[in-house]
Parts: sequence; structure tokens; C-alpha cells
Amino acid sequence: MNVEETPLPGIGTRKDLVTESGRRVGVVAYRDGDTELIVSKPDDPDACVASIPLTREEASALGNLLGGHQIVMQLTEEHSEFPGVVTRQFSIMAGSPFDNRPMGDAHLRTRTKVSVVAVMRAGQVQPSPSPDFVLRAGDLLVAVGTLDGLDAAAEILRNG
Amino acid sequence: MGTTALALIELGAVIFGLALLARLAGRIGMSPIPFYLLGGLAFGSGGLMKLEGMAAFSHLASEIGVILLLLMLGLEYTARELVTGLRRSWQAGLLDVVLNAAPGAAAAWLLGWGPVGALVMAGVTYISSSSIAAKVLTDLGRIGNRETPAVLAVLVFEDLAMAVYLPILTVVLAGVSFVGGLQAVGASLLMISAVLLVALRYGRQVSTIVDSENAEVFLLSMIGAALLIAGISSAMNVSTAVGAFLLGIAISGATAHNASLMLTPLRDLFAAIFFVVFGLSTDPTSLPPVLGWAALLMVVTTLTKLATGWWAAKRAGVAKFGRARAGAALVARGEFSIVIAGLAVASGAVPGELAALATTYVLLMAVLGPVAARTVEPVMRALQPGPRTKTA
Repeated sequence: MNVEETPLPGIGTRKDLVTESGRRVGVVAYRDGDTELIVSKPDDPDACVASIPLTREEASALGNLLGGHQIVMQLTEEHSEFPGVVTRQFSIMAGSPFDNRPMGDAHLRTRTKVSVVAVMRAGQVQPSPSPDFVLRAGDLLVAVGTLDGLDAAAEILRNG
Repeated sequence: MGTTALALIELGAVIFGLALLARLAGRIGMSPIPFYLLGGLAFGSGGLMKLEGMAAFSHLASEIGVILLLLMLGLEYTARELVTGLRRSWQAGLLDVVLNAAPGAAAAWLLGWGPVGALVMAGVTYISSSSIAAKVLTDLGRIGNRETPAVLAVLVFEDLAMAVYLPILTVVLAGVSFVGGLQAVGASLLMISAVLLVALRYGRQVSTIVDSENAEVFLLSMIGAALLIAGISSAMNVSTAVGAFLLGIAISGATAHNASLMLTPLRDLFAAIFFVVFGLSTDPTSLPPVLGWAALLMVVTTLTKLATGWWAAKRAGVAKFGRARAGAALVARGEFSIVIAGLAVASGAVPGELAALATTYVLLMAVLGPVAARTVEPVMRALQPGPRTKTA
């Protein structure tokens, strides 16, 4: 994958890549820390059809969505030979009872037999997080378990 | 009424009037610069009304406006951005100089304003308005476009060119001989290289001299340093503007960024006063006779800037719509053309018509620039109904 980094003097940096479908997607990272998501026009790859300003939280949530989906797909594929094992992703919403608490407080494994195999934060993957890993709003948990177990885990993460 | 009271009332009325003009400009999505100039013209010599009470303040305030405009121009890019920009895009930069300085110089020559007038008008038609260009790129959502780095590279080069041009202009306006001019070129090149070197190597140390956690201390040290350096360079005949500009380049990194955030409102205030004072010093009745020349320059230098942007974007591998957008983004002339004309008029080395021509020209270009940037694509699409309509 070829991510192109172009300095924009006085503004910041543009980082983008050309997709297989011929569109240019990327971000403009402004000097003052703002981020903008850019998507090129279908008929003119030089121009942008949209430049969407994202807050830090939005950018990291979007990064998690894109990256998290990949991990889930990969795990689903790996587990496809074990019927009954399902991979799912959970977002920690602002206001979740586990925002700013160690993951172990949820006792997911004991109560639902579900294991959290990875946490995505700000586009970074934390593989096999330990129980003392402190969760934050915006985190994306990738969990493996049975359908029932995952439903129960979702309920716990939402309402404690 | 006492003189202080009169001065305050006049100044207040003028600044309040500027606020109304800026609001109007914002409402129709335009740069306020042409409005400020018109505001100044309306009350200037031969205009609607005489404003003499505030003269003492407004003179100094407009000097500070120029200093802040150039300080902020210097702060805009880091020394590293300037050096890499120069290395990557000097060809486009040179083309820009040749294409866009020539029409101004030629017009001055034909009008019989001599070599000094030609040098001044060359600068006026050469330099794009980086503030209008930046606003256009942001407003039209073109920051992420592929042609934008090419546009910025041209602006970076112009930034550096100003650092060479302004000292030369100052010396020439002071009436020094050809050899003296050459010495000025040498001295200014040496000075810029030294400042760039210092900024690259010791940028952090230079920044720490003025930097402070405390916003008040930071503001006072920035303004103090800028005025001191501007005053000293003025005393040494290097032009107040250049000193402030080089200070801006020497300050880098986060300090530069914070400084430009902090100084923007002050720059806006004092630069507005500068534009008004420039307008005030121009007799509005002197504009109509030069309108023909200004219109001619407008047509020619719009085409030359379009060509510059086109070529620069083409080199960056951008397709033709992007090339046209790049050219149109550079069309606007504004604050720095007026700074150059202001320096020339203040020196008294150029005829009064030059101020009139520069004012008329900037009035036209500051309005045309954003319009050109907005309309260049639809116009091109309308003119070229080829393959698109076939597939539709």
C-alpha cells in the first residue's frame, strides 16, 4: 500500500492513497492538530468531493471502525472452521460505565465466557489486552465468543 | 473640542466604518482589502471629508500595519519549508517572476515612470495575495486537492522573493546608484542566507528568546522584538518591512504557530488602518485616468498568473482542471502590492499616478481573484463539451 505524504507549507501535511477503484482518500493533518478527511471526486481525482473536519475523537473512532472491521473479518475467517464461535466488535460509548475503568472490572470472561482479543484505539491495535487495561470512550473492543455470550457482553458493556 | 477628543472620534468612526465594510465583504464572500481601500479613498485628499485629527496616530499605525503584515508573512512558513520549497519549485518560481513582473515593469516604462517606477510596478503585479489565496483554498475546500502543493510552492517562492526584492526596492527608492543597488542585492542575499541558516540550525534558541508560556509576556516580546528590529533596519536603510519579515522567518516551529495565532487580530487592525491610510493619501479623482492601464494590466497579469499556476501544476502531474484551478488561485493581488506601492509613494521617488494605478489595479485584482478561482472550473467545463457530453 502506497500512502503518499505531501507537505503543505504553512498548512500541514496531506496523507492520501489511491484506492483500487481509482479514488483518492486520505487526511489533511493541519499544523494546529486538526484533521480533515478528504475524498476525491469520481471524475477528477485531483479535486476533492468532500473535506470533512474531524475532531480527535471522531478521527480515532473512524480509524477504529475501518481497522476494527479488518480484524473482525480476519478472525471470522480463522474461526470459520469452529461452528458456534463468533467475532464481534463493541464500541465503548461516552457515558459507558466502563469508560476510564480497567477492563477487568467488567468480568466479561467470568460472566459471559467471552474473550476480548484486541482493543482498537486511535487506529492502533492493542492485541490481547490484560484485565488492567483501562478502557476509554471511543475504544473498539474485538471479542470472540458464542452468540449468547456476546449478547450478554454487549449488555454488560452498555449498562454495567 | 480638544485635539485628543477629535482624534478619538475620527479614529473610532473610521474603525467602525471598516467593521461595516469588513462585514459587507464577509457577507458576499470577498476579501475586505478592496473595501478598505475604497473606504480610504472616500475620505482621502479630494474625497468626501478631511480627517486630520488622527493623522499622527494613523501614520504610525499604518507603519505598524506593514511591519505586522510582513512579520506574519515570515511566520507563515518555517525555514525548512522555505528551503525545501525553494529546492523543489524554483523553476515555477522563476517563471512566476518573469511572467508577472514583466507586465508591470513594461507598463511603468511605457508610462514614462523610469526604472524606479518599473521596479515598483514589477513588484505590484508580481506578488500574489497569499491571504486571498489561502482564503480561496480554504473556502472552496481545495486544501486536499492535488494542485494545492504547487500553488503553495509558488507562494513560498514569492515569500522568499520578497525578502530579496524589498531591500533592493528600499535602496533604489532612496536614490542610490546602480553599484549601490548591486551591493544591496548582495547584502540582502547574504542576510537572508544567514537568517535561514540561523533559523534551520538554531531556530529553537531564537524562538526561546521571544517564547513564553505567559500569553502577555509572549505578546509583548513579539511586538517589542518586531518593532525594535524594524526600527533598527530602518535606521540602517534596510527598510522596516524586511527586518520584521526576517524576524518572522527566524522564529520557527510551535512558537511561530502560536505567534501567528496571537498576532492575527492585531495585524487585522493595523493592516486595515494601513490600507485606509494608503487610500486616504490617494486622490480619488486620479483613478479614472489610469483605469484603462489598470484594466489592461488586469487582463495580462490574470493570464500570466493562470499560465504560472498551469505550468506549476502540470509539473506536479495534475490534469488540466487542476492546472486551471492552480492558476486561478494565484490571480488575486492584494496586501503586498499595496505594501510595495506604499513604500514607493512614501519615498516620493515615484509620480503620484503610480499610487493611483496600483490602487486601481489592486481593487480590480482583489475582486477578480476569488471570482476567477470560483468560476474557472465551470467556465472550462462549459467551453469544452467534448467527451463528457458523449458519455452522458
